[in-house]
Amino acid sequence: MAATLLAVMVGAYGAGAAAALLGGGHPAGRALSTAGAVAGAGAGLLLGSQVLAGGPVWTFAAPDVVGLAGGILLRLDALGAFFLVLVGMVAAPAALYGVGYSTQYAGRYSLRGLGAALNLFLLATSLVPLADNVVTFLLAWEGMSLASYFLVLTDHDEPETVGAGNWYLGMTQVGLAFLLAAFLGLGAAAPSLDFADLRVAAAGSTGAARGAVFALALVGFGSKAGLIPLHVWLPRAHPAAPSHVSALMSGVMIKLGVYGLLRVGLDLLGGGPPWWGVLLIVLGAGSAVLGVLYALMEDDIKRLLAYSSVENVGMIILGVGAGFLFQALAMPGPAALALAAALYHTLNHAAFKGLLFLAAGSVLHATGTRNMNRHGGLIRRLPWTGPCFLLGAVAIAGLPPLNGFFSEWLLFQSLLPGIGVSSPVVAVLMVLALGMLALTAGLAASAFAKAFGITFLALPRSAGAAEAHESPLSMRVGMVGLAAACVGLALGALPVLATTGAVAAGLLGPSAEPPTFALGLSFRTPAGLARMSPAAVIVGLVGGVALTWLVVRALASRRPLRFADTWGCGRVGQSPRMEYTATAYAEPLRRVFSAVYRPTEDVTVDHHPESRYFVQSIAYRASILPWFERYLYEPLLAWVARGGRRALALQSGSVHAYLAYVVGALVILLGVLMVTGAP
Amino acid sequence: MSAASGYALALGQALLCLALAPGLIGLIRWLKARMQNRRGAPVWQPYLELRKLLAKETVVSTNASWLFRFAPYVVFTSTLGVVLLLPVLAVPLPLGAAGDLLVAVYLLLLGTFFLALAGLDPGSPFGGMGSSREMTVAALAEPTIAVAMFALALGAGSTNLGEIVARAMARPAEAVSPGYLLAFTALFIVTLAETGRLPVDNPATHLELTMIHEAMVLEYSGRYLALVEWAAALKLLVFFTLMANLFVPWGVAVQLGAGALLLATLTYVAKLAALAAVVAVFETRMAKLRLFRVPELLSVSFVLALLAITASFLSR
Repeated sequence: MAATLLAVMVGAYGAGAAAALLGGGHPAGRALSTAGAVAGAGAGLLLGSQVLAGGPVWTFAAPDVVGLAGGILLRLDALGAFFLVLVGMVAAPAALYGVGYSTQYAGRYSLRGLGAALNLFLLATSLVPLADNVVTFLLAWEGMSLASYFLVLTDHDEPETVGAGNWYLGMTQVGLAFLLAAFLGLGAAAPSLDFADLRVAAAGSTGAARGAVFALALVGFGSKAGLIPLHVWLPRAHPAAPSHVSALMSGVMIKLGVYGLLRVGLDLLGGGPPWWGVLLIVLGAGSAVLGVLYALMEDDIKRLLAYSSVENVGMIILGVGAGFLFQALAMPGPAALALAAALYHTLNHAAFKGLLFLAAGSVLHATGTRNMNRHGGLIRRLPWTGPCFLLGAVAIAGLPPLNGFFSEWLLFQSLLPGIGVSSPVVAVLMVLALGMLALTAGLAASAFAKAFGITFLALPRSAGAAEAHESPLSMRVGMVGLAAACVGLALGALPVLATTGAVAAGLLGPSAEPPTFALGLSFRTPAGLARMSPAAVIVGLVGGVALTWLVVRALASRRPLRFADTWGCGRVGQSPRMEYTATAYAEPLRRVFSAVYRPTEDVTVDHHPESRYFVQSIAYRASILPWFERYLYEPLLAWVARGGRRALALQSGSVHAYLAYVVGALVILLGVLMVTGAP
Repeated sequence: MSAASGYALALGQALLCLALAPGLIGLIRWLKARMQNRRGAPVWQPYLELRKLLAKETVVSTNASWLFRFAPYVVFTSTLGVVLLLPVLAVPLPLGAAGDLLVAVYLLLLGTFFLALAGLDPGSPFGGMGSSREMTVAALAEPTIAVAMFALALGAGSTNLGEIVARAMARPAEAVSPGYLLAFTALFIVTLAETGRLPVDNPATHLELTMIHEAMVLEYSGRYLALVEWAAALKLLVFFTLMANLFVPWGVAVQLGAGALLLATLTYVAKLAALAAVVAVFETRMAKLRLFRVPELLSVSFVLALLAITASFLSR
């Protein structure tokens, strides 16, 4: 059964890619390509759920393919199955959405390439959590990176897109180099590069070697996950890519960075000393707060969402770090709880961030711009997109009664046992992490009030927004699908938690018990610190709103609503220019956190020639200091460029000189071999 | 106590809070007026206002969408939901298992979020200004609330409100421990910020460039304004109840009985009146802070909360 599902998954994605290449822009070809992607996603989802539901761990070997490096080896355990489900959950709605969304590229760009790359990207992404040896893993990983690079380049006539692609490719290849180093370090003492052998070898290696492998893997996977300071590609690549691709990259691909960290850190290395957890908590909390702070300042809706992904990955890594730390402190119960919470948030973020990117894409499709200062009034013009975006915004802001609230609640609860440990350093760290998490939640609510409020409410601020029309059916189906996933993940909080709890316990080793959430309507966290009932919160809020409406209708006056102009202190007529803009909305927080932002403002007022009291135009430009680019990446790139120029001296253009280099290299190599005595 | 009487009591508590909330606002206004040598409106004035608002025609901006009309219901319901979780008269209550402190905090944030969206919807610059500022204050108050609450939870070994109260009653000496006092101060500052009182916001003005909450709800009228005003009063009552019953839990009934409940009601009303008097004194004696000084006040409260949790950690 499992083998059949895998064959269906690989076959469907492959057929989808082939259909796209052959059918190209023809409607039949595009339909077949989408059908392939949806069928592949569905098969992956089934395969993953089967294993998660308690099915056997399943393996598949093809040693002859790439035989030199150990062949293809697949194995699906609970952790891999969880991430396979996550891929399928977002992939199917996003692929459907792509049908309508990509019509705008028809005639300008090749739809063949887009359809094929999308299917190959999904195939590679689905294979990453299945890989069970280094070569399979790296092939799938690199396939995922390259296919997504081509997807980012879809709109390649825009100069910005090419720059975004370069940043993305650079970060992902540097990440790959670190991963290679980590796996080679891990495999140095192992008989083969199968994960099973690496596990054994890791158990016997020294603490320093394990620490080095962990640090290398953290850089490699952190660059994919978008941890600060390795996040620089996200706010560039996500806006440049087509929106359903952004949804997949942000909802799914960056989560595989989390997967890799769990796989290498907990499964292969089996956890480590407390500093691993502390490092992850610091990086996670920093990413969460800085990510949401930068999200607040964005006026580009897709860049805002990209920074919000940095924030959410930070929260996930914070939970993962707490899991690592508690395991190192021999507290398996809290460790399992923290990991279960982090995994639940991972799944939730995939659903609502996917939804928000699809809805943002629908806004872009309708208005032609990503600049929120040119949106407004879209809730009336886009009657499907508006509620979908609102649902995603409530969920991502961590507000009840949606799924984001339940996972954030659990993340808070999972940090609490840390305050109780005897080590003051850990206790203080946990308190600060709690404060950071709470600040992040508050700022995220503010950021998404801005994102939804400025984009969808009040009067349209541009002609494009005024003439916006709702997206075609396929795009609406994709959005509604992910909105339903958000609602489902909230309604099914208890079963989902039981599943993530089992996955977490599996990671912590055979001795760890899965955190038990008492059955019934409410659940109690394993440490007994808190009780909460998702059902009561959901039913209470929804029922309460209905009840309030009925009571107010009975009590209030029967006179119908009267519609009138917005009141404005006696001014005549209202224009969109009087509305608050996205920039203005975030201005108080820009001032409060000016130490972080280092804002520079430039106001030029053009007066009337006859009187200074009449202003003809005002130009306002504000920017914030891009710390990481200026103080980390620019010096690094400059250093690389300088090194390159120095190396240019070697390249004389003369064949004799090159021959001399070859001979020199040979002599040095032989000399080394003679000295070390290696074969 | 049996389940049925427990639920009946929870419902009764919620109705009591609903009934008391406008009176609390009226009491603060009356006390302020007296202290400022004015006669002041009677304490029951807010009830008359609510009745009048419900009876009046509702005017809605032509720019506003369905969200503007939906938001008051969300704001009211989420605040009322918090009341259901609170230990007002007795502990433990069956609905205590439905949610803890964090659920309460996030329900209030949900109301703030929808009100902020509703402020933007009519497209008026006042609404946008109020909305932006309200979210700023809410975001900055969030860490203080969380950390101060966890300082209490750490002592009680639970974040559920009923258990915190039960624990404080079992160990009365802890109520005057440094951790509790610091957490109380932090929560008091946050209460002023979250409920739009001086020195953060001025509830008595409607058209000043310094206002926050009133600017945001400027476009509401009729039944919607009644809901929003009632919810705001209820939010103040929620914060007062948290301060009154988490930190000074005496009087809260531990078993059901007419005498115990009557005593609990009387002490509860007395505690609310005392807090109202403190707030009235503060509002009379203090000037409003400039908006950009508010973050400093909130960071002071955050530091107090951090000290509170450190103190609870040390004194365990």
